[in-house]
Amino acid sequence: MIWNQKAEAMPAGEREALQLDRLQRTVRRVWGVPAYRAKLEAASVTPESIRSLDDLRRIPFTDKEDLRRNYPFGLFATPMSEVVRIHSSSGTTGKPTVVGYTRRDIDTWAEVMARTLVCGGVAKDDVVQIAYGYGLFTGGLGVHYGAEKIGATVIPASVGNTKRQIMMMQDFGTTAIACTPSYSLYLAETMEEMGVAPRSLRLRVGFFGAEPWTESLRAEIEEKLGILAIDIYGLSEVIGPGVSSECEHKCGLHIFEDHFLPEIIDPRTGETLGEGEVGELVFTTITKEALPILRYRTRDLTALTRGTCACGRTCVRMRKVLGRSDDMLIIRGINVFPSQIESVLVGIEEAQPHYVIYIKKDGPLDALAVEVEVDEKLFSDEIRRLEAVRKRIADEIASVLSIQAEVKLVGPHTIQRSEGKAKRVIDLRKEGAS
Amino acid sequence: MKIRQISIFIENAAGRLYAVTKVLAEAKVNIRALSLADTADFGVLRMVVDDADRAVEALRAADHTVGITEVIAVEVPDRPGGLASVLAIFAEEAINVEYMYAFVEKSRDNAVMVFRIEGIDRAIDLLKKRGLRLLSTGEVVSL
Repeated sequence: MIWNQKAEAMPAGEREALQLDRLQRTVRRVWGVPAYRAKLEAASVTPESIRSLDDLRRIPFTDKEDLRRNYPFGLFATPMSEVVRIHSSSGTTGKPTVVGYTRRDIDTWAEVMARTLVCGGVAKDDVVQIAYGYGLFTGGLGVHYGAEKIGATVIPASVGNTKRQIMMMQDFGTTAIACTPSYSLYLAETMEEMGVAPRSLRLRVGFFGAEPWTESLRAEIEEKLGILAIDIYGLSEVIGPGVSSECEHKCGLHIFEDHFLPEIIDPRTGETLGEGEVGELVFTTITKEALPILRYRTRDLTALTRGTCACGRTCVRMRKVLGRSDDMLIIRGINVFPSQIESVLVGIEEAQPHYVIYIKKDGPLDALAVEVEVDEKLFSDEIRRLEAVRKRIADEIASVLSIQAEVKLVGPHTIQRSEGKAKRVIDLRKEGAS
Repeated sequence: MKIRQISIFIENAAGRLYAVTKVLAEAKVNIRALSLADTADFGVLRMVVDDADRAVEALRAADHTVGITEVIAVEVPDRPGGLASVLAIFAEEAINVEYMYAFVEKSRDNAVMVFRIEGIDRAIDLLKKRGLRLLSTGEVVSL
């Protein structure tokens, strides 16, 4: 099922023309915002100089700091009389970032969120329970408007009161849930405590986002709740939930690129990377009115894939978010993300073993060492099998990262954990250098 | 005639072996036979004990990585060429011995060897046909 056949299955050439037109309008729109104009002028970019989509890369990046510096409304491109809604981050790590929406922005948001829900098969006769927070956080209201647009029955449950959530699922016949992936597991646990069999409910699909989650967590959720678990992605600086979503094929998240132009960049150099390359995701909104955003650095790591999906959508897909660009390491000049090593380990073992990455100096060169805790799945009574596992991990890391890693098998619980989580990366280069 | 062997991952660091044997001592588990295989970084301790379940439970509770494998315990004549005569059977039949080690105690004047073998069922049949005696779990424990 596709909500907007024309937009989501548009031929690539037609979409690019639309994107260019919308990009040009956006740059003209922000030309009236002093803070944006100053940045554009400093980079010698004028609205007239945007002639192709490739010109996008001449536009300076925007990041969270820009939003904070211009707190609260300094980057808004419409008068406040046109702004019908404000959302905001919690501001736990500094000043909050504030985002605004015009009437049309709210419609756009409902549209992309409707597309997201239809990606997971939601239709008019579905009952959608929204267990994202309502309020300044974009999760609750964002999903809400999309579900209403489809004509589904919406339960604005918001967060918390888990037993009541489960009671509503039973009594109201909830078929779709939207919440964080970790909360869905908590729901499953609470159901077990209450003696409610998840498979006795009408629940068949969940839309999970707002925090990173792995394929093994997906398998666990699908198994425990007996549902299809869909990964959805969004961030308030771009619009909120509804930026991209998986379809039932779960082969990457379809980005609604007639509204949000994605790019992948090298987080270190800012250079644009090609299809399939892992780097930082950057978004330019091309239809937003109140807060258009140019080349916003999401800090999320992923890669893009083009081509038509089995579902018929032609829009570009992003891989499940692999991690944060802040975690990036540079080893012998090569960008390395801890999540790449993690994905190798997950591939070798169904469940991910504990590991720690050491980066040290081997003479003038950087050296990478990975310690992997031997759990009962990895373990064998035969030395040669253990050696084979060790070699396979080393070989796969070498092929994924193009760097040789010294892999060492260590005993269980030898890797230090803080608050239940292992400290994954220890960079010994910094300690030696003074 | 299979018996259960437990194996434990041991990091090559001071005190690791002691830690394992201490857990077994506290759980009142008696070790009947053991061998240690090692590389530069780690080792695998393999043991036949009097109560495998209790041993595994105690070791897991103490955060050790434990495996359980089926092995056979075979009576081997305690004389020059005794072991060779058993291994000759495996060699003739192209049966691969992954590893082996000996019990300290004897069984009716015979030595007792533990074999970890690929295709354990075939090996058991073969040994029986050749008149060799395999020990049961009960016999092993009471040695």
